[in-house]
Amino acid sequence: MSTATTATTKWWNGGKSPFNVEYGKLMMWYFLMSDAFTFGAFLISYGTIRFSTNGWPDPNVVFQSYPLKSATSGPAPLVFVSIMTFILIISSVTMVQAVKAGHEMKKNKVVMNLIWTIIGGAAFLSCQAWEWNHLHHEGAWWGHNPFLNSDLTQSSTNFTNYFFTITGFHGFHVFSGVIINIVMLIMTLNNSFEKRGHYLMIEKAGLYWHFVDLVWVFVFTCFYLI
Amino acid sequence: MEQSEVIHIEHHQNKNEVRNVTIVLSVLTIVELILGFLMMDMAHGSTARLATKITIIVLMLAKAYYIVGYFMHLKHEIRNLIMTIVVPLLLFVWFITAFLYEGNSFRNLRNTYDPHFKEQQFIKKQPTEHSNKQEHKEGDHEEKKVME
Repeated sequence: MSTATTATTKWWNGGKSPFNVEYGKLMMWYFLMSDAFTFGAFLISYGTIRFSTNGWPDPNVVFQSYPLKSATSGPAPLVFVSIMTFILIISSVTMVQAVKAGHEMKKNKVVMNLIWTIIGGAAFLSCQAWEWNHLHHEGAWWGHNPFLNSDLTQSSTNFTNYFFTITGFHGFHVFSGVIINIVMLIMTLNNSFEKRGHYLMIEKAGLYWHFVDLVWVFVFTCFYLI
Repeated sequence: MEQSEVIHIEHHQNKNEVRNVTIVLSVLTIVELILGFLMMDMAHGSTARLATKITIIVLMLAKAYYIVGYFMHLKHEIRNLIMTIVVPLLLFVWFITAFLYEGNSFRNLRNTYDPHFKEQQFIKKQPTEHSNKQEHKEGDHEEKKVME
């Protein structure tokens, strides 16, 4: 087990990676840490503005629709966004399976799971595109906020500015993640990893993909729930 | 070869670990959603609403722990690596506390010393139709304002 190995191995005596991971994976971790600070700065800025404002729109009033919803049915808050959340969680699980299959050198299983992950990412992006389009039709955009605060006072454009900037930045990460996963899929199909003898590249792509899921956990909570 | 330097520890992890973590994440999300629905009936600014929000944030952090620890596998890395990732992230504690305190303080100062700002911020508006109702016309809105 890992603890026993740590006790007996002299990690800093040279000749081996003191972190016991290959260079690329370590650098992916550091990149993700810096990216966490970028997202953190965005969300903290949002929180600061929200704390410095007397009123704020109620997310349950703003986000209350889903595709093909009939005009007569009542508001449905949290429904669509919970579907988006589950799509991302499930695509994260299939990515874990792809990484695991890579460790076992099972090419077909890697391909299958990567395809599912890509489908999940594409589905999430489609949901987000629909939601942006829907909000845009209601008059919400950068610099335009048609919604009132929860106490019916005039709301500022800070609400829509932060919403579109932060979900947009996250959506861009999802988009890059899908592209990375497609590249991984093509490389797997070309037997690049088989020739290399290991699937460690999938692991790095997986770290990035899980990070995207992780950020959504925070964005979802900050914008839709509280 | 660079790769040979890495000692591949066999992770004899629980076969069901991925499945269990998936279940935990789903359950936490469902609880969050239930709290979200419960919160809709609570008055804005009430203690119950604040307590629910804090609970949701705690659940969010739990989800983050499970994603980073198990899906991103950080829990199974060696201690050196975990520390170089986690310790810098502790800056967030100061980052969040300082900035939210600052925002709150700015609001209080403006409300106290800028009566015009406060007055502007507390004018009630007629709820405008932003959702599905297409029949709403700009004209209606103007009339309402005149009547007031």
